[in-house]
Amino acid sequence: MTDYSLDRVPDLAPSARYKFATRVLPLLLLALILLSIPLFEPSRTWLSLFNAIGINMVFALSYNMLLGQAGLLSFGHAVYFGLGGYAAMHGMNAIENASYDGGIWAAFPMFGLPLVGFAGGALAGALIGFPSCRRSDVPFAMISLGIAELVAAAGFMFISVFGGEEGITGDRMNGIELFGLSLGPLGDVYWFIAFWTFVGVALMYAFTRTPLGKMAQAVRDNPERVKFVGYNPNRVRYLVFIAAGGFAGLAGGMSAVNYEIFTPESLSVIPSGLVLLMAFIGGARYFAGPILGAVVLTYMQSNLSDYSEAWLLYLGLLFIGMILFAPGGLAGLLLSGTAALKHSLSVKGLLRVGAFASSALLAAAGIIVLVELAVRYSNGFGEAFEPFGLHLAPDQMMSWVVGLVLAGVGIGALKVLSKQGGMGS
Amino acid sequence: MSALALQLKDLRKSFGPAKIIEGVSLDIARGERHAIIGPNGAGKSTLFNLISGLFPPSSGQISLGGKQINGLKPHQINRLGLSRSFQVSNIFANMSVRENVRCGVLWSLGYGHSFWRNIGNLKEVQHKTAEVLEKVGLTEKADVPAVLLTYADQRTLEIAITIAGGADVILLDEPTAGMSHSETARAIELIERATEGKTLLIVEHDMGVVFGLSDRISVLVYGEIIATGTPEEIRGNARVREAYLGDETDMAEVTA
Repeated sequence: MTDYSLDRVPDLAPSARYKFATRVLPLLLLALILLSIPLFEPSRTWLSLFNAIGINMVFALSYNMLLGQAGLLSFGHAVYFGLGGYAAMHGMNAIENASYDGGIWAAFPMFGLPLVGFAGGALAGALIGFPSCRRSDVPFAMISLGIAELVAAAGFMFISVFGGEEGITGDRMNGIELFGLSLGPLGDVYWFIAFWTFVGVALMYAFTRTPLGKMAQAVRDNPERVKFVGYNPNRVRYLVFIAAGGFAGLAGGMSAVNYEIFTPESLSVIPSGLVLLMAFIGGARYFAGPILGAVVLTYMQSNLSDYSEAWLLYLGLLFIGMILFAPGGLAGLLLSGTAALKHSLSVKGLLRVGAFASSALLAAAGIIVLVELAVRYSNGFGEAFEPFGLHLAPDQMMSWVVGLVLAGVGIGALKVLSKQGGMGS
Repeated sequence: MSALALQLKDLRKSFGPAKIIEGVSLDIARGERHAIIGPNGAGKSTLFNLISGLFPPSSGQISLGGKQINGLKPHQINRLGLSRSFQVSNIFANMSVRENVRCGVLWSLGYGHSFWRNIGNLKEVQHKTAEVLEKVGLTEKADVPAVLLTYADQRTLEIAITIAGGADVILLDEPTAGMSHSETARAIELIERATEGKTLLIVEHDMGVVFGLSDRISVLVYGEIIATGTPEEIRGNARVREAYLGDETDMAEVTA
């Protein structure tokens, strides 16, 4: 038998430089972006968009604790967002009442309401997750859907708690001011959102680096094997579920302060579906994926609807396209794109990336023309689609041909390009 | 503390009308290397699944170090110091080799479900992981995603995860299945090294491996143990020849 000396065990930990570049730097970058946004003096419209993005970032990341980390597909994650948000709304009203009548809530700053949301979401996660985390895969997904319907229905029924259809409202300008923020003007709310966005993102990132976070990934990969290294996969799922509920509740608390209203709609399967789209489109396999998804989808939600009434259709197409052709999501596309550039920083490589991008653009343009024509045709007002000064009327054959040709050429070119060795996506 | 590492008493398992294990009794001493052989469908893997807690036995008793473990869940049995490998590589495919082994180390070092510690700062975990990797010779491939390993390396990783938690009783289910001759030789050397001072229960098809490695052998046929003994005793056992080793050329190879 060979004598193996174990005295000098090699240090396998990654280098400090690598750790800094991959773990600390991205967070510093996020902080820098959050801090520098007000320097550009954004308009009120942009500020409210940024606030919405911050809320959705935390919400989408909390969803990805389940989907990306623990491999749990949930159709009802808005339940925890909503219940956390409601808890924060009640907290907001308790602070307001306490500011007249006194009481312990008088000592609680409005700024801290996301913590109330966290507690509410985590408590809901602990209660609902107890039965539902005993299953995984399809049964888990079905249970989550059932619970979403159930809680949303209860939201409309129990009026004293959820306020019925109008929901409950509050006033955030009460109680103690923290950091000199009255939370009245939108600029103050921006700092509030930025602070909690950073805290949420940083904590959820840290979670992926803990023993529990690592075991969640192990459960996702191979729950069977986890049992034989001393862990109960159901217990791991349950604990992650509680944490995910808590961070969804944190986002709910941010939303409560931002909008000063919560309605039972926010508990329903519609926001649950939207957060699923954010995680998927952004890239559930990457930590930063849902952040990208939240940015893109929130932007689409608030701005695309100004340009086209068919924006939900585009969202659906984007989702299907991502699932079919880029399962790594936007984050996966970005990574493989930069990797391809790094590997072959040649004229040929650049041409290839350019060819890919322009064919995709062509295909998208064709599809947009067809969708817009279809919308106008079905409206029946005889309105024409006029992009860049073109006149495409839905009652003219030529317009449809333009759309079909653009889409056909674009998709064909993409097919040819991917046959010659894809971009790795 | 019992002198026996593992004891099976009249263990039975049936799936509906199919009786797979029909009264298996076996005493395995501490530090013993015990092999279970038998034809396909004899119930070897089922026996492993019963001992490791994947299935509850229909009747009978299993004790680990004197403590009764039948009916316990796999993770509970694992925490009591019994670890097993799988016939088909059962690893965490999307993780690196190092992360795979680390998953095997965490519970035994008491880090459980902790979510307040940075795994990168746990020196003890890193040290133990590196030690296991060094022991099985996967140090160079520590950062390779497990899914990209060669078949033989995946089998090695399977063993590495199994021993990582420092369990005293190790169950290996056909660790050399599908390996070439040279790979098998290396795997045997690894198994001897990795299970030194531990109790080993191994299911194996390769007779060379079985007779070379084990202190004692049990022959399982149709859910029953028809013989238990030292390699010499098994070689000379007429019932074994008849029931299992039947083929004269096979036997000649073994006795040679």
